[in-house]
Amino acid sequence: MSETPSIPAPTPAPTPAPTPDSKDVKDAEGTRVIREIMSGNAIISVLAVLVALVIGGILIAITDPRVTAASGYFFADPGATFSAIWASVSEAYGALWRGATYDPTARTWQGQLGIFETLTFATPLILAGLAVTLAFRAGLFNIGAQGQIIMGATFAGVVGFQMHLPPVIHLLAVILAGAIGGAIWAGIAGFLKARTGAHEVIVTIMLNYIAVSFVLYLLKNQLKAPGSTNPISPQMDANAMLPLLLGPNFRVNAGLILAILAVIAVAWLLNRSTLGFEYRAIGANPKAARTAGMIVSRGYITVMLISGALAGLAGVTQIAGTEKSLDSEIAGSIGFDAITVALLGRSKPWGTFFAALLFGAFKAGGTSMAVNADVSIDIVAVVQSLIVLFIAAPPLIRSMFRIKAVRPEGAKA
Amino acid sequence: MKLELRGITKSFGALIANDHIDLVVASGEIHSLLGENGAGKSTLMNVLYGLYEPTAGEILIDDKPVKFSGPADAMAAGIGMVHQHFMLVPVFTVAENVALGAESTTFGGVLNLEDTRRKIREISAKFGFNVDPDALVEDLPVGVQQRVEIIKALVRNAKILILDEPTAVLTPQETDELMEIMAQLKAGGTSIVFISHKLREVKAVSDTITVIRRGKVVGSADPTAATTELASMMVGRSVSLTLNKADAVPGELTFKVTNLSVMNDAGHRLLDDVTFSVAKGEILAVAGVQGNGQSELTEAVLGLHKRTLGSITLDGKELVGKSVREVLDSGVGFVPEDRQDDGLVGEFSIAENLILDLYTKAPYSRRGTLNRAVIAKNADAKVAEFDVRTQSSQSAADTLSGGNQQKVVLARELARPLKLFIASQPTRGVDVGSIEFLHKRIVAERDSGTPVIIVSTELDEVMELADRIAVLFAGKLMGIVPGKSSRELLGLMMAGLNAADAQAQLDAPVAPENGELP
Repeated sequence: MSETPSIPAPTPAPTPAPTPDSKDVKDAEGTRVIREIMSGNAIISVLAVLVALVIGGILIAITDPRVTAASGYFFADPGATFSAIWASVSEAYGALWRGATYDPTARTWQGQLGIFETLTFATPLILAGLAVTLAFRAGLFNIGAQGQIIMGATFAGVVGFQMHLPPVIHLLAVILAGAIGGAIWAGIAGFLKARTGAHEVIVTIMLNYIAVSFVLYLLKNQLKAPGSTNPISPQMDANAMLPLLLGPNFRVNAGLILAILAVIAVAWLLNRSTLGFEYRAIGANPKAARTAGMIVSRGYITVMLISGALAGLAGVTQIAGTEKSLDSEIAGSIGFDAITVALLGRSKPWGTFFAALLFGAFKAGGTSMAVNADVSIDIVAVVQSLIVLFIAAPPLIRSMFRIKAVRPEGAKA
Repeated sequence: MKLELRGITKSFGALIANDHIDLVVASGEIHSLLGENGAGKSTLMNVLYGLYEPTAGEILIDDKPVKFSGPADAMAAGIGMVHQHFMLVPVFTVAENVALGAESTTFGGVLNLEDTRRKIREISAKFGFNVDPDALVEDLPVGVQQRVEIIKALVRNAKILILDEPTAVLTPQETDELMEIMAQLKAGGTSIVFISHKLREVKAVSDTITVIRRGKVVGSADPTAATTELASMMVGRSVSLTLNKADAVPGELTFKVTNLSVMNDAGHRLLDDVTFSVAKGEILAVAGVQGNGQSELTEAVLGLHKRTLGSITLDGKELVGKSVREVLDSGVGFVPEDRQDDGLVGEFSIAENLILDLYTKAPYSRRGTLNRAVIAKNADAKVAEFDVRTQSSQSAADTLSGGNQQKVVLARELARPLKLFIASQPTRGVDVGSIEFLHKRIVAERDSGTPVIIVSTELDEVMELADRIAVLFAGKLMGIVPGKSSRELLGLMMAGLNAADAQAQLDAPVAPENGELP
């Protein structure tokens, strides 16, 4: 029903010109597909995970030599093949599950409680996932969590190992510095988007590369630990570290509390605050937002600052939570997993939280699966990728499970 | 050629767009399909044109069942369609556009346009189309572009022509010309299916009228039937088509536009030196064919255009250079031209849309926190007051029909005390029943002493609401005439004559030839 004239205006009437600021507004179309993916319902997410696990199971079975052996005499004894498949898959996923939660067979009691490793791995994913979620709700696809985590960790690190402050104050300074580092990095993309219309996807990807190279340069020069030959920084001051929640036997730290507080804060921001109302309006329909008096460009800049600050906090939980010192691998693949986590969480704060827990569990359980069931840890990566695939193609899941797409009422030609 | 639709049903999931529709179009008749927006007219025609496959039912041509798997099949069977939005390539010539998709070629795939040119000249001469095959389409007026679409269909030997809302983009004069062309086509043996929701036109051209409501045929009518009778069939209840409004009691001139120009990025003037003012308690309607500067005028008032020259004052305060928020806060209520693009956030609930430009104000929010109870209460009150048909005020706005969406926008914009109310196309795509309601609300706002500006390309609406009428053409003001001016006068002004010249031409004893491009 949109009345965009597909015909040129009658001569000699002037052709309709792009309205000023239309660059703010145009590429809403570009994110339309991602919006569709993001706005599907939670059932799709759950089913995507299940289907990915099933396919992962098939891969586990066909790579297992026992299954291969049993299938050699399949026609003589088909039952043997099926029981081999069952044994193979249930062993692998059983090990994954126990490794991520509780494993009574582990040798040490610390090793038995994999749940705390899950929480440890989930912590930066929650924060970085929230960064992607928040920006997305304002219509921006922040691919740059990776670079923002690196910059957050770098800023936090500089404060953490180069300054020497009293307890509590030092930690607060580290957290603040990390948030600022991430905010600056994402803010660049937000600013360029608002002022020049540069697409945030391209800018944030490039900023990722710049961040990696920049931190590597610093690590080879100014930030290199004295006496070290590797590009690695000195260790953080003890005062600068996030306190461990369960003593020295577990890595789980106060970063988890920070992450949960962030979930609550982002949920409030998006659903209850006027600022979040503005962000959601800009994300869903920037033209209507502009007509209603919202300043779209300012929204883009501020949401990227907040998003970057969240990713920067993920960097803080890395360096001040688990890693202790800065190296160029500080962000691992968290920045990219965060995108998947936000997708899986349907760009909702609590959805992101649970998706991050799942991914944390994959990470914690993956090792246990590799060791105890002799299944390649790459299977976990495959399962994660399959999840992305199925979420990215909601019609695929819908047709597999015959879920009807919800069609808006005004579905006329 | 006789066309028959038997029991055509088309459903999209749970939505039944067409429900067992039977329709017979006799050879050489003009058959009108009358129905509100969303009644299922376009869906039915898309089924007929092979764009949709019917869920049930069959299509018969000369009593033989046919099956179309695409428009190519339909065209081969002699069905041609002119879409509401033309399917023309602007930078191609008429001949190139007509040839497109059915190019005749000589050896080695060399395009043979001469053949097409000859056919265009033949058809053009036969029906008096007056179309030059070598003119660029983008240089042609909309009315002539529409004829190119008709030629496209005729060159492909269409015996049945479907015209989907053909008058929506035309000036009144062009509409009259189209009707003449339709009569000639009919005389030449072509059947025409004419789709419209404009009762006046349907009555003027039809041999038979079929009325569709909510996907069903609710009856057929004779073109001599009374307008109100047709309207009630279309809406399903009695409607009053004339607005009983008292004469305006204009007060102080509080809104003044002086030498306003709006430029695009290339420096081209989309609005050129426009000056007018509106008094408290009067409705100024801005008429004109779409794309003649109306959008720029309203957007300039709201502060959406940066390249603006001149002055806009409200109660003596300058609005040019103010932000949108400041303009809204100074008491301007604004209903944008395209409600889905600019007026609503489709995935937001009705309640959220009702505070889209009020969310920073008490009581809807305090210290940056939305008060959801107040917002919900406000929404329920507005939904009741404006009779928005919805299951809940928490439903998403894009689940509403066009008329109900427009009620939401209007409810929001009329919610605060206003010093100026501007509405662009307030009833575009809105059903007849809602139009009545929306018009009454607009007049009520006028009567409460607010200056009102209505921008509309529907002449009927302009004449219905206006106390004074301003006509824009190519960004220039052609003049401001009284609200009771004649349709002919307005038509001439919409075609680019200023008020005095237009009046002079109407007063001249012989009507001159209308100025068509060669």
